[in-house]
Amino acid sequence: MRRTGPLVGAGLLVASLVAGCGGVGDGKTRITIGLFGNFGYQQLFEEYERAHPDIDITDRTASYSDHHKNLAAHLATNNGAADIEAVDTGYINQFKQNPDKFVALDQGLKDQWLAWKWEASLAKNGTQIGYGTDVGGLAICYRRDLFEKAGLPAERDAVSASWPTWEKFFETGRRFQASAPQGVKFFDGGPTVLNAIVGQAPVGYYDPSDRIVVGENADLRKGWNLVTAAVADGLSAGLLFSTPQWNTGIKQGQFATMACPAWQMAKIKDQAPDTKGLWDLALVPGGGGNWGGSYLTVPKQGKNVEKAHELAKWLTAPEQQAKVFATAGLLPSTPKVYGEQSINQLTSEFFNNAPVGKVFIEAARNLRPQYQGPKAGDIQTELGNAMQRVEQGKQSADESWAQFVGDAGRLAG
Amino acid sequence: MSGDWRERRHRWDTRYAPYAYIAPYFLLFAAFGLFPLLYTAWVSLQDRDLLAGDAATWVGLDNYVRLLTEDPYFWNAMGNTLSLWLLTTVPQILFALGIAQLLNRRIRTRTVFRMGVLLPNITSVAAVTIIFAQLFGRDFGLVNWVLELFGAGRVDWQAGTASSHTAIAAMVVWRWTGYHALIFLASMQAVPTSVYEAARLDGASQWQQFWRITVPMLRPQIIFSTVIATTGNMRLLAEPLLFNPGTAAATGGSDRQFQTAALYLYEQGFAKYDFGYASAIAWLLVIATVLVTGLSYLAARRIRTD
Repeated sequence: MRRTGPLVGAGLLVASLVAGCGGVGDGKTRITIGLFGNFGYQQLFEEYERAHPDIDITDRTASYSDHHKNLAAHLATNNGAADIEAVDTGYINQFKQNPDKFVALDQGLKDQWLAWKWEASLAKNGTQIGYGTDVGGLAICYRRDLFEKAGLPAERDAVSASWPTWEKFFETGRRFQASAPQGVKFFDGGPTVLNAIVGQAPVGYYDPSDRIVVGENADLRKGWNLVTAAVADGLSAGLLFSTPQWNTGIKQGQFATMACPAWQMAKIKDQAPDTKGLWDLALVPGGGGNWGGSYLTVPKQGKNVEKAHELAKWLTAPEQQAKVFATAGLLPSTPKVYGEQSINQLTSEFFNNAPVGKVFIEAARNLRPQYQGPKAGDIQTELGNAMQRVEQGKQSADESWAQFVGDAGRLAG
Repeated sequence: MSGDWRERRHRWDTRYAPYAYIAPYFLLFAAFGLFPLLYTAWVSLQDRDLLAGDAATWVGLDNYVRLLTEDPYFWNAMGNTLSLWLLTTVPQILFALGIAQLLNRRIRTRTVFRMGVLLPNITSVAAVTIIFAQLFGRDFGLVNWVLELFGAGRVDWQAGTASSHTAIAAMVVWRWTGYHALIFLASMQAVPTSVYEAARLDGASQWQQFWRITVPMLRPQIIFSTVIATTGNMRLLAEPLLFNPGTAAATGGSDRQFQTAALYLYEQGFAKYDFGYASAIAWLLVIATVLVTGLSYLAARRIRTD
């Protein structure tokens, strides 16, 4: 027997590797929810669990791109997705190409949301795959102190009035740059500001038949020309959005303005708490615009599909969205609550008591929805790279544009 | 009867037990190595969108033809990989030889230094890359600050081809030099001292002893290190991916100036969800790795032992 010991041992080793681990049930239904960034849901989870003692909510949060890449992999392998998965505007178009992977949501709730928010997550076959959470109504965040140092009016109404259009915005920028403090630029980076301009055009990268139209879209080319001219005049700090360098740029005051959806304000507060009171909020040139905002989806592969659907419905209901706006500053996508005082009278101490409720609600109401095709996110990446090539002095504006049109065309295949 | 049974069991045990011992490796290799490799080959012959799941169409060798004849970005990525191979492998081996030589001397707290050179290798690659990306920052990076102290201009490290390759190569070399140095050190200690004594009697300088005795004696280890460095370089992903964070991370710079082949694979597979195409890249990379490893083996073999 002694001699066969090793043989048995080796077999046991393999067996113990293969054997899984069992779970101990506590009688509760566990609902998992996959998030990225701060959705302001912690208090809501506790509230829901108090009202539903049989439910246990577990959330897992990953970074923006990791979250969506994981979700794609889980959907592809039909395994591993959470019961509720958040999806950002930048990815919803890709996911709604395959509505079969998601539970069809309640069409009866349609009127609860801004019409364009509902449309954006509606699949071509008429299935609704996502309940809207927040919207990224656009504004411009600017540094009052830097405007003053450059000898420009710094009051928010005067600032808003100085840039009714993007042409005027860059004119203000040139005046700013002429007497700006050493090392300070007017805006953070070309790709960010161009992104805001493109978001306002009636047509973006696609026409509604899913044909890529970047080469012939006059609005897009006009925006490109405006921003590249501003870059040539030295208005850009040349920082890429949401990189460590960009974060440092906020801390160090390297730029005076940036395109600012509601969720961006939380980002500034987190990155540069020392700049409290130096920032203010002005209206976005061109009126309206949207950047970001998310949806809650219920993947079909989940174990508790019905209870998850119920929770998703509850989390995105107007009352809950209002609570999230008050605690985390994410702008609701349900216009029903825009009339409430707690929402439209909301101000931000960090942003010099700017009337954030009023500004963002106006931005969300003025938004003209733009159709987003399946590869809109990839095209936006290529456009950002194209702008960066100009900022880095690697190519002329025309060369870079030609390469961008070619790159976008290759994505059609 | 009973003795016969014991005898037979003993025979089986000695004959088959070794296979049971090594079986776990082969089972794991079959599950996590061989099967994915073959499955990838199968997927590479399809047009397959990750989000569309099983809705794949058979396209034969189309993906390979597209990659080899119509895709300038694939060749750009291969070129960058080759450039980084030269920029990382050669300095790694040379620095490692130098460090091993220093550590081989009788110095105080030798063990501390020997452990120290391995430290960069066991730190997390993500942490290393993020710190290096800060060091090579354009506006507030330490490297540019030092350059400016010496009167040289600031460099936008991410923007240029040569500058970005230099920065990435610095991360790889910093991380792996110590590992190779320890391998060299181990075999240096196996070189008989009598050889050096004879050389000294013949009037050979320290430098001559190093190049004429030590390096040729280390030939097998240098070949091994070159092969390890080469295969590692063909998989170079985390460094270029994290060197330029943000939404465009997978393109490796605004003009793909530091997009390696592995990063291009990642972009096609996990940013664009084009799994068939990404699988074809994976297989071309396998072939390229075999070729380049063979080449570096031949190059390292030229070190003479005479």
